[in-house]
Amino acid sequence: MRHSKKIMLGIGAVAAATALFLSGCSSTSTTTSGGTTLKKVTLQLQWLPQAQFAGYYAAAAQGFYKKEGLDVTIKPAGTTTVPIQSVAKGQADYAISWVPKVLGSIEQGVKVTDVAQIFERSGTTQISFKNKGITDPAALAGKKVGSWGYGNQWELFAGMQKAGVDTTKGIKLVQQAFDMKGFLAGDIDAAQAMTYNEYAQVLETTNPATGKLYTADDLNVINWNDQGTAMLQDAIWADSTKLNDKAYADQTVKFIKASIEGWIYARDNPQKAAAIVTAAGSTLGTSHQLWMTNEINKLIWPSTEGIGVVRQSLWDQTVSIAKATKDETGKTIISSDPPASAYSNKYVDQALKELKAAGVDVMGAGFTPQTVTLNAGGK
Amino acid sequence: MTRRRGVRPVLFGIAGIMLLGVVWEVYKALGPVKGVVINGLTVLPRTDDQSMPHLLTMVTRLGEPVLAEPGSLPLWQVVATSAGFTLGLAAISWLIGVVVGMLLAVLMQRFRTAESALLPWVILSQTVPIIALAPLVSGVGSQVRFGDAVWQDWMSVVVIASYLAFFPVSIGALRGLEAPERAAVELMHTYAVGWWTTLLRLRLPAAVPYLIPALRLGAASAVIGTVVAEVSIGLEGGVGRMMIEFASGSSGDPGKPWAPIFGAILIGLIAAGIVALLGTALKKYRRGEIAA
Repeated sequence: MRHSKKIMLGIGAVAAATALFLSGCSSTSTTTSGGTTLKKVTLQLQWLPQAQFAGYYAAAAQGFYKKEGLDVTIKPAGTTTVPIQSVAKGQADYAISWVPKVLGSIEQGVKVTDVAQIFERSGTTQISFKNKGITDPAALAGKKVGSWGYGNQWELFAGMQKAGVDTTKGIKLVQQAFDMKGFLAGDIDAAQAMTYNEYAQVLETTNPATGKLYTADDLNVINWNDQGTAMLQDAIWADSTKLNDKAYADQTVKFIKASIEGWIYARDNPQKAAAIVTAAGSTLGTSHQLWMTNEINKLIWPSTEGIGVVRQSLWDQTVSIAKATKDETGKTIISSDPPASAYSNKYVDQALKELKAAGVDVMGAGFTPQTVTLNAGGK
Repeated sequence: MTRRRGVRPVLFGIAGIMLLGVVWEVYKALGPVKGVVINGLTVLPRTDDQSMPHLLTMVTRLGEPVLAEPGSLPLWQVVATSAGFTLGLAAISWLIGVVVGMLLAVLMQRFRTAESALLPWVILSQTVPIIALAPLVSGVGSQVRFGDAVWQDWMSVVVIASYLAFFPVSIGALRGLEAPERAAVELMHTYAVGWWTTLLRLRLPAAVPYLIPALRLGAASAVIGTVVAEVSIGLEGGVGRMMIEFASGSSGDPGKPWAPIFGAILIGLIAAGIVALLGTALKKYRRGEIAA
């Protein structure tokens, strides 16, 4: 074995070289700017950079986070990223996620808290071409119904079950892809579409019958907000255990406050906010990005109780749907009520108080959405 | 036995690509719009402009700016930059894969126990799907600290890609190292040279014909692994994420999603080219190349 030593030496050298190489990469230390120390904070998004997260990108680009003493890193998600796991594992300080997607994790013991319910309304709809005559959920019976699954299907299932549609045998459930090709080709009669994304994708496509883009008049839209089966979507989630620590609790208030300022910026400057998102690395088309910013604003503004407040009635509606609605396999999201720690208005209330004291409009009562013209391909 | 290497293989290569283009356009022109469906199973794709855009649409799209905003770069340039980024990651992954694969092969050749202990695990390791691996790697990675440095997402991508790349190298190299005939090994024994010299003078040169195809497979695995891991982790900068980003707008802009796919093909070609160069450098050892 007289050569083993040499081999081990070689392995050791490679390992050392790797460690050396990796250590040259980045550092965690807090950054200093203008004499003040900024606290490093990581926000985990639930998808790639797009105007759905315009408020956070605006808060970073406009220096709202910095003003609160935070240096925020915004992490986009990939196809296998579970944002809430990032918070639970300590990879991120906060995460953006839909409430129904988190409730199941909470029941399984993940300790996270909805500290700011940024979106008040749901952006999920079920769209169909006019000639299918699908104007309400009851009409989905017997149809090819598209669904993304992975926790995006619950409002649809709740809506159908509320309308008395048998969701196991009464419909033909079709797995929907990222794009709307299946819908446009007729594989799907009624497809899931976010107001801010897939709906626009259809309106950016040329109608072969007319040679012009599809218009809103070509489509029937079932909006789950109107059907009473909307569930709460984008919220800021924090680590429940760490919230007992005063420093993290204070930081949470600051983070919410600056994020809200970002959303107010997006409300008042949609064009600029869309440009900020594009500058942050999104490659969505220019008109598509602006459309998304505008539609996201509609989900937030006007705010009933102030942006970020978890409204009791909507939380209860979300929880009751999560308990009662069965998917095609007969499963529900949760079997019993979530713990009280699942949401808290303590931090957002404090943030809103400070903002109101500074004369900031956190209600947006006078909000009027823009009229965005979509171009072919969203360009 | 000299093979005439000239322009002919290149011409055949170009003809092959052109044939593919012709098949695409002919099927698009003549195939049924709804595609060929047998028993509810789509056997051949739809031929509409969204599912199968004209080649010209894809190519002209490359020349147009990515976004309508002034100052937006042409699509080909953005794709080329991303392809460069992905190629860089794939190259690091390949190097790590080759080093790890070679070390494992040498270890397994040297110690029979190591071979019986490691080989099943090496084979088993490739049955883990990337989808399961990605969250695991980034999860473990985030706990790792090197002093002040923290784990970066691109490192997770490299780990996943090199995990795929090491496999063909280790298997190919092991077969190659064990390739010398008993007589040759025994000759080395009669010279009274040690294991190390035997490795350098006999086993490694003998392994080259096995190694080149293994390196090529490893390069392909590294490229695929990098692209898929980029999609899975959402890493910014490469063609992987660009694919999912562009796919969402594909109905209105059908030429666009093909651009990153061309980028990925380009990376694959460059990777294969680099291995081919390596093969040329090791020409004198390449007798009777064995396909892995």
